[in-house]
Amino acid sequence: MEITVKVNGADRTADVEPRMLLAHLIREQFGLTGTHMGCDTTSCGACTVLLDGKPVKSCTVFGVQADGREVTTVEGLMQDGQLHPIQAAFKEEHGLQCGFCTPGMMLTGSVLLAEHPNPTDEQVRWAISGQICRCTGYMNIVNAIQAAGRTMSESKQDAEASVA
Amino acid sequence: MATEAEEIRGIGHRVRRKEDDRFIRGAGNYIDDIHLPGMLHMAILRSPFAHAKINSVDGSRAQELEGVIAVVTGELMAQHNLAWMPTLSGDTEAVLATDKVRFQGQEVAAVIATDPYIAKDALELIDVDYDPLGVVINPEQAAAADAPLIRDEKEGQADNHIYHWESGDKEATDAAFAQADRVVSLDTFYPRSHPSPLETCGCLADVNPATGQATIYMTSQAPQLIRTVFALVAGLPEEKIRIVSPDIGGGFGNKVPVYPGYVVATAASLLLGHPVKWIEDRTENLISTGFARDFWMHGEVALKEDGTMTGLRVSLDADEGAFYADAQPSKFKVGLFHIVSGSYDLPAAHVVADGYYTNKAPGGVAYRCSFRVTEASYMIERLVQNAAYEIGMDPADFRKKNFIEKDQFPYKSATGFEYDSGDYHGAMELALEKVGYEQLRKEQAEAREQGRLIGIGLASFTEVVGAGPHKDYDILGIKMNDGAELRVHPTGKAHLKISSQTQGQGHETTFAQIVAEELGIQPEDIKVTHGDSDDTPYGLGTYASRSTPTVGAATAMVSRKLADKARKLAAHLLEVSEEDVELAKGRFTVKGAPDKAVTIQDVAFAAYTNFPDGMEAGLEGVAYYDPPNLTFPFGTYAVVVEVDADTGQWKVNRMVAVDDCGVRINPMVVEGQIHGGLCEGFGIAAMEQITFDEEGNCIGANFLDYLLPTAWETPRFELGETVTPSPHHPIGAKGVGESATVGSPAAFVNAVIDALWPLGVRNIDMPLTSAKVWEAIQAAKAGAAAG
Amino acid sequence: MLPSRFEYHRPESLEEAYQLLDRYGDDAKVLAGGQSLIPVMKLRLATPGHIVDISRLPLDEISESGDTLTVGALARHHDLERSDVIEAGYELMATAAPLISDPIVRNLGTIGGSLCHADPAGDWGSVMLALQASVVIGSTRGERELPISEFLVDTFTTALEPDEILTRIKVPKPGATSGGTYLKLERKVGDFASVATAVHLSLSNGTIERAGIALTAVGTKNIPATDAENSLAGAEPTEGAFAEAGRLAAEASSPVDDVRGSEAYKRHVVDVYVQRGLARALESARAA
Repeated sequence: MEITVKVNGADRTADVEPRMLLAHLIREQFGLTGTHMGCDTTSCGACTVLLDGKPVKSCTVFGVQADGREVTTVEGLMQDGQLHPIQAAFKEEHGLQCGFCTPGMMLTGSVLLAEHPNPTDEQVRWAISGQICRCTGYMNIVNAIQAAGRTMSESKQDAEASVA
Repeated sequence: MATEAEEIRGIGHRVRRKEDDRFIRGAGNYIDDIHLPGMLHMAILRSPFAHAKINSVDGSRAQELEGVIAVVTGELMAQHNLAWMPTLSGDTEAVLATDKVRFQGQEVAAVIATDPYIAKDALELIDVDYDPLGVVINPEQAAAADAPLIRDEKEGQADNHIYHWESGDKEATDAAFAQADRVVSLDTFYPRSHPSPLETCGCLADVNPATGQATIYMTSQAPQLIRTVFALVAGLPEEKIRIVSPDIGGGFGNKVPVYPGYVVATAASLLLGHPVKWIEDRTENLISTGFARDFWMHGEVALKEDGTMTGLRVSLDADEGAFYADAQPSKFKVGLFHIVSGSYDLPAAHVVADGYYTNKAPGGVAYRCSFRVTEASYMIERLVQNAAYEIGMDPADFRKKNFIEKDQFPYKSATGFEYDSGDYHGAMELALEKVGYEQLRKEQAEAREQGRLIGIGLASFTEVVGAGPHKDYDILGIKMNDGAELRVHPTGKAHLKISSQTQGQGHETTFAQIVAEELGIQPEDIKVTHGDSDDTPYGLGTYASRSTPTVGAATAMVSRKLADKARKLAAHLLEVSEEDVELAKGRFTVKGAPDKAVTIQDVAFAAYTNFPDGMEAGLEGVAYYDPPNLTFPFGTYAVVVEVDADTGQWKVNRMVAVDDCGVRINPMVVEGQIHGGLCEGFGIAAMEQITFDEEGNCIGANFLDYLLPTAWETPRFELGETVTPSPHHPIGAKGVGESATVGSPAAFVNAVIDALWPLGVRNIDMPLTSAKVWEAIQAAKAGAAAG
Repeated sequence: MLPSRFEYHRPESLEEAYQLLDRYGDDAKVLAGGQSLIPVMKLRLATPGHIVDISRLPLDEISESGDTLTVGALARHHDLERSDVIEAGYELMATAAPLISDPIVRNLGTIGGSLCHADPAGDWGSVMLALQASVVIGSTRGERELPISEFLVDTFTTALEPDEILTRIKVPKPGATSGGTYLKLERKVGDFASVATAVHLSLSNGTIERAGIALTAVGTKNIPATDAENSLAGAEPTEGAFAEAGRLAAEASSPVDDVRGSEAYKRHVVDVYVQRGLARALESARAA
């Protein structure tokens, strides 16, 4: 089946079997290997991407379901060659070790921050409770997402102040 | 030429990690990200039975499916002498089953196809005729007189017993027990768990038919060692084998063994002349790869009335699975379990261990266990806690009374370890202070009056890492001396090649910091290479917290070799004698004339352009390090819980972890390692378990059954530190990767037991599910009512 | 763990969907959120030859009209969590929505899909039983309405014919003085319930007008604790009455021994959770 998916802002086409999972469409057809697979039971969330802006587990969506829709992967976080604040925060706060869960964590974190720019510990932990990390014990992932929120709020204030 | 001395970000600095730059961009290079032209995909057919005779394996229907290139059976592997392979523990292990299957999930056949979906389709078309046999799922069943014989193919194996091993002094221990005022005992089972890194295992085997060169990309924690193993097992010339460990998404000991899938993929690539990729799925990972723990332990401690421990006895049965494949390099059958006397000054101890075959996957040494130290630490810390209660002492006071004192180091333990350094009282006092222990005991008493169950659990662990000295440690005879190779370029940048292989520990940054400390080159100017067996010194792998103790030492040693030569070059440039040159923070100064200085960059350039007659050009070297001893990190953990007696649920209100791993190269990285280990320890204490039903079906072969804690369940951790350097390590560092998995499970369990002790609960085996906690409370109540 | 082959259809209207099901019947599965179906297909426990993807049809509206809340079958758990109208008047639903699976699965999983999957450990089934909801089912033969208790037939079995689609759920609006809560004992976020209880209370002049109590994961399907409900109808909301209701609810359950706990343990938790649920519902109702 021929499909067109807007991936990180650019239209991509593919001709795939309906059974191909979205995760494989992204990794194998579109060559974006930043999205990872870690389990068989929709449990770990390593494969998390944004579908029309909302976090989904791409191992539990058929690629054909993304036809005509927008997918954002970790590769789409950078804008104009600039790191997204959440990417910078993950490095600054040591929010990653092996890096395998990191793309999904950053995407979910970025969506949380859009709704809650200054999330509490609990809010962050609740938001990422569909995703597993084995290395960090979550402490610095939470710190990183909160730190990114602070950075983004400051930039927003700076931008607003300069306009005023 | 000379510049102002700037701060060199060496040891002790929270340097942000260089490797993060690719991971945060989603540009990591994990095994499944690698593609080679003409690559084929392999899937493995696994046994549904735990124990069965194989009558026939017929792959003809699968062969006919469009897209299937080959079907590989045990018979085919046997023709190439590859149906069996040696394990790291001197046993043999099936690659593809021929006569029988011996555990559910065992590899039976493989399909090579043009795409992974077709490979999975083809598995359903392979016909295997099995005759199920009786099943053995624990050591008790294995030892029974009428037990089915699992390893009937092994010559001389008449039953399911693998080994008997002892340590310590039986006579002295018996004497201590004979004279004891009190004896406290505890039976405990440390359940089977699984390291479960987020990335599963896999490989991409590329045997070039023209050159005979075999390049195998592999999730391996020990690429150089594995190259040698492949040479021995597959009979390929070692210089034609290249093992490349790409970025690895977590190891935790799961990625040390050579798995059948790697061997089959390599054989398939050799036979087909195409690269063959095999990536296991999660079920395969959990059901067949190296599991952890599964020890049935009985411990007893002999006590004087004043609480002094005088002797320790431990006997244990180890469930080793169908093949004895412990990935541990010591000559001791249960690894370093005999550290079981822990942090205590025990004059006499005796350990007896028996290992058994069962119808389960092989493994046992994994999951940050430090070669069975996790099991040992759990045993002693649970025993000590119960002993304290039995004798009527506060558990903190009981431990302090029995701790090895700071001035007793180096300390020779009753089972033959020489602990290098420690300050157990220091770590304990800091932990008690941070958690507010005295106040907590008051709060606990008040809460009890209100019917609330608060518990405070302690664990004071001593770890042993850094394998190891050549007289006691080797793998297949190869000594555990790891290496580091360093070269400084003319422009003053450097390239460090290390034998260890990171799976998330940050080696690309931390080892650069060691060089920075010695030579004064900033870490960002040092490229660190690891993982490619063609391009790195020989090493025995990254596991058991050994990188810093061994490779870290080698890195310091090679840096010092280069510093020696650099000093000579500096003397040449400064026109003084070598004895008058001092090196600090990358600047070579002249004693008594601080304005006369050259930098390491100046010296590096001179190494290629302006060196004295008779001196070889260049500034490089290699060092291999033979550790004189292991190192002994330690700490005290304190956990506060509240238990809901109505549902058995428990919640961690606080967790304080005080660790001492000697000198910390990068404190930020150390803290991250501890956070991760504490979370894994929590998971093991609270919810992780692989069990088997009476038919040998594995329950725990996916993440719906094998439960890993999310951020929601995982407690917050408060960390503290003391620093007691290792006297024998070149930079005083000890290794920390496994301290938290070693020390924390007992802390969590002790906290729950502490809450429930007044109700009559004496022990609950892990995982402490809410159901088990509730059952324990009910049993204790019934016992109280009856008695 | 990859699915077997199938033909994929994405109808542009409900009518077209009905026709596809009419044609392919037993060999077709409806795809809504996919969060129950796709995992089962990946395990090859389901191997439908045809998938009818209805996920883009306009069946996700949540609206209240008069005394009825109508929830489109394709409303995502996430939408139910965020719905103002549910927050305002349907506390049992509002407390249940955030506990379904995990936050990412809730972005795609639908209430209709959950009810049609009819897992005895499914949460919405118990909520709808306690609220005495009904479901509207459509096909080429027209629509029919069924009380939820008749819709949920057995383990993974509903009253749906192979050519039918659940289109919406109708929930009678509880009175102003009401409250409810969903309590779920799970081993971790994302696990199925070990035990869960859906409790609803409607008061009238301080006494209990109606109690809705239903149980998750303790039977072959979601269980309405009818005897417990009846014991509370018209009664004073006292601790004693709640204790009796808890006891009856535990009796109505038929849990099995498994890794999540023994039968005795689960029965006990039913009792405890029903009592706690009633206490919370009462507090909420009084505050309303």
